[in-house]
Amino acid sequence: MRPFAYRRATDARAAVAALSEQPNAMYLGGGTNLVDLMRLGVVAPEALVDVTRVASDTVEETAGGGLLIGAGVRNSDLAAHPAVRRRYPMLAQAVLSGASGQIRNMATVGGNLLQRTRCSYFQDVSKPCNKRQPGSGCPAVEGDHRNLAIIGHSAACVATHPSDMAVALAALGTSVHVDGRRGVRQVTMPGLHRLPGDEPDRDTVLDPGDLITAVELPALPFAARSRYRKVRDRASFAFAVVSVAAALDVAGGVVRDCRIAFGGLAHVPWRARLAEEALRGSPATAAEFARAADAELARARPLPGNGFKVPLTRNVLVRTLTELAETP
Amino acid sequence: MNGEADTTRWGASTPVTVDLRLSVNRDEYPITVDTRETLLDTLRERLDLTGAKKGCDHGQCGACTVLVDGRRVKSCLTLTVTLDDREITTVEGLADGDTPHPLQTAFVDHDAFQCGYCTPGQLCSAVGMLAEAAAGWPSVVTPDMNGAPRLDDDEIRERMSGNLCRCGAYVNIVAAIGEVAR
Ligand SMILES: Cc1cc2nc3c(=O)[nH]c(=O)nc-3n(C[C@H](O)[C@H](O)[C@H](O)COP(=O)(O)OP(=O)(O)OC[C@H]3O[C@@H](n4cnc5c(N)ncnc54)[C@H](O)[C@@H]3O)c2cc1C
Ligand code: SF4
Ligand code: FES
Ligand code: FES
Repeated sequence: MRPFAYRRATDARAAVAALSEQPNAMYLGGGTNLVDLMRLGVVAPEALVDVTRVASDTVEETAGGGLLIGAGVRNSDLAAHPAVRRRYPMLAQAVLSGASGQIRNMATVGGNLLQRTRCSYFQDVSKPCNKRQPGSGCPAVEGDHRNLAIIGHSAACVATHPSDMAVALAALGTSVHVDGRRGVRQVTMPGLHRLPGDEPDRDTVLDPGDLITAVELPALPFAARSRYRKVRDRASFAFAVVSVAAALDVAGGVVRDCRIAFGGLAHVPWRARLAEEALRGSPATAAEFARAADAELARARPLPGNGFKVPLTRNVLVRTLTELAETP
Repeated sequence: MNGEADTTRWGASTPVTVDLRLSVNRDEYPITVDTRETLLDTLRERLDLTGAKKGCDHGQCGACTVLVDGRRVKSCLTLTVTLDDREITTVEGLADGDTPHPLQTAFVDHDAFQCGYCTPGQLCSAVGMLAEAAAGWPSVVTPDMNGAPRLDDDEIRERMSGNLCRCGAYVNIVAAIGEVAR
């Protein structure tokens, strides 16, 4: 690992200033992804600015009835927070279905959003990879892509975004607060992450040096009836093959409103707007849920090794919505 | 080192070192660390505390689990330089003098290991896990996310999934932890 300087920031402005001084510096959250990638030689920052003590215990009500969560809040504290559990159960479940107890105690909200893909070629510096080294090629297209994208990918990159938490945040329409060289701004999810196109090295719309300071959950009363379901290769402690975050607002057997996002399918947490559209105003029945899934998945372009994800996603969505509809 | 700590040597190409005081099992260790050093390497290579084990060095096995301010973490992904004002507890610090921790006794009683390589991590993880459950934290298998969790075998398995055991002593590990939990 390349030697690096270490600096600890206690507020956002100081952190942003520290990074603008040094273009080869990176922010350090819990380090659960970054330290690993440094050890693998995937990234080699010259300095780390530790931001784990910036907004590390903010979870507060917003004037609009939402919840503001500091970027330094640990994943385990987020999932255990009573307001998150009660008002946004899909978010608590998404966080709790990710990684392990130890890693959730370390991982921060900001770092979780910006974790890199688990594509094995990306992590192996002896292999080409357009995301790691633009223009070098994408061995996953012809190689191992069982766990990679079926929707929204490009010839340049078929990686998926690995975060569970981000799927729930995308479904909720969370606003990400960013501080950077050009001041503060907000980015609404799912707009934080971007599709690979011909620039797969850019995971998000953020600029170099941008610091995530908080995420703001909107008021969404019907999210109290929501859940996150994750399918993986073993019962626990594995990344999603396919996952869904869904919230359902049903009255008199008819879907008034809904929120749906998928994980494990794309370079971004995939907000299923076509499925949502198809469902609003429809009877809350398994047949309609399947029709909604098909509306979204008509755009899927699976690779030779991951076509199974299409029916799997459809089934997981139907099952999740059916359970939500039956929840009193 | 405190507050806005700064090692100032931006763009270093030679090792950057930092002086700090590490508190491990209530002993203070003044130490100079390379910023690249992980807590696992500091404990094992510098402080002669070899209880925490290196299984994978990628956060995947849990053999390196220790407690930082009472919370379980993976020491292989924790940079030592971040810990100057934290209290670290390793498996060597679990016993109360000559009296083993109840979990240690239960692991022996239930034969909860074969080779023992994963055991220090299992023990530290279980200590942290029981504190999480006592604080009312749910897991993804908790039936009522808003109620108090009951530590049945499914809950223990899910909450301990960050600790692998190559010898497959899981059945007895779950039984040992279950005895202390209930
Ligand atoms: C064995 C293992 C299993 C895992 N399984 C899962 C899983 O099943 N599901 C899942 O979702 N995740 C899983 N993860 C990934 C884990 O959730 C992430 O590593 C973690 O959330 C990253 O958070 P962090 O704070 O440790 O980030 P770091 O590793 O510190 O940082 C990650 C990136 O974010 C940047 N960054 C950090 N904070 C900020 C900020 N405030 N503003 C701007 N940039 C910032 C860093 O520079 C870095 O590029 C797993 C990880 C491991 C090691
Ligand atoms: S899918 Fe993306 S991350 Fe994986 S090898 Fe191809 S370019 Fe790299
Ligand atoms: S050595 Fe740390 S998790 Fe395996
Ligand atoms: S007892 Fe051998 S690895 Fe667990």
